[in-house]
Amino acid sequence: MSHSYDHAIGHNHETSELTDTELRVRALESILVEKGYVDPAALDELIETYETRVGPRNGAHVVAKAWSDEDFANWLFEDATAAISSLGYIGRQGEHMVALRNTPEKHNIVVCTLCSCYPWTVLGLPPVWYKSAPYRSKAVRDPRGVLHDFGVELPEETEICVWDSTAEVRYLVIPRRPEGTDGWSEEDLARLITRDSMIGTGLALSPGELQEVAE
Amino acid sequence: MNHADVDLSALPDIPVRDDSPVFREPWEARAFAMAVKLNEAGVFEWGEWVRTLGAEIRAAQANGDPDLGQTYYLHWLAALEKIVTDKQVTARERLLARKDAWDRAAKATPHGEPIELGRDGTPVAPA
Repeated sequence: MSHSYDHAIGHNHETSELTDTELRVRALESILVEKGYVDPAALDELIETYETRVGPRNGAHVVAKAWSDEDFANWLFEDATAAISSLGYIGRQGEHMVALRNTPEKHNIVVCTLCSCYPWTVLGLPPVWYKSAPYRSKAVRDPRGVLHDFGVELPEETEICVWDSTAEVRYLVIPRRPEGTDGWSEEDLARLITRDSMIGTGLALSPGELQEVAE
Repeated sequence: MNHADVDLSALPDIPVRDDSPVFREPWEARAFAMAVKLNEAGVFEWGEWVRTLGAEIRAAQANGDPDLGQTYYLHWLAALEKIVTDKQVTARERLLARKDAWDRAAKATPHGEPIELGRDGTPVAPA
């Protein structure tokens, strides 16, 4: 098995081979560059930004600040776009941000049924499951079932609200602050805030769970 | 929506454990970045992009793609090709001609060397 695999690769080593998809991407990029629509260096920079600098840590910063600073929290729930951009996280598509507050009575979940709109500036690019058809359809039809799939069980009396993102509006869930975190710094609080807790398919970690993750 | 009509057990599982990197292959990143830059350059509004991408995803599902998230950037690329031709940034024949040019160039390039258009010696049609 491994022998024939090596053999096949060996043959291809003589010249290069690009897949059909790679050829399509190169065709498009070379045309756009020649016509002056894109600059390859700017593409590299954008990619590096999304691979290394933009991610759920940005959102965790927003949530930790909201947990620690009541004025900021009020601003966030009134005008999330402005409050979030005050921390330096500015949307590329001019999208409007809305922060959704989780409470004991109400739990929020975000989905994009159309494609996969997602709050890039605060969460980075979406995980594979967010882009999958099963999530996109089940979140709307059976949100409690989705939570179960992610290992989250909420009391029957907690209402679950599902928010469908669009090109114009992106949502950030503000999870409930775990108990036993009084007096924690923003930096320490941020470590409790997972990506999934800001989509609504998870909860913020408890101090005990954080310790387990660290070990 | 009539919830009773929906057979949820018929849905494949949500791939909750699939924590692949943001881009699984370099081409996914290039396709992603091109769409963002074309939007910033004013070639299309983001709303138009979302509608085009949504339509590509529905078309792929109709053609049997289980759409579990792994093919997302293939839909993204198809939407990108559609929107640049709709906006007459280029034409489908030019994309195809350029694709063939890259294929010839790759096949004329010894493995490990950077692939450059025209490497095979045939002239490359303008963009």
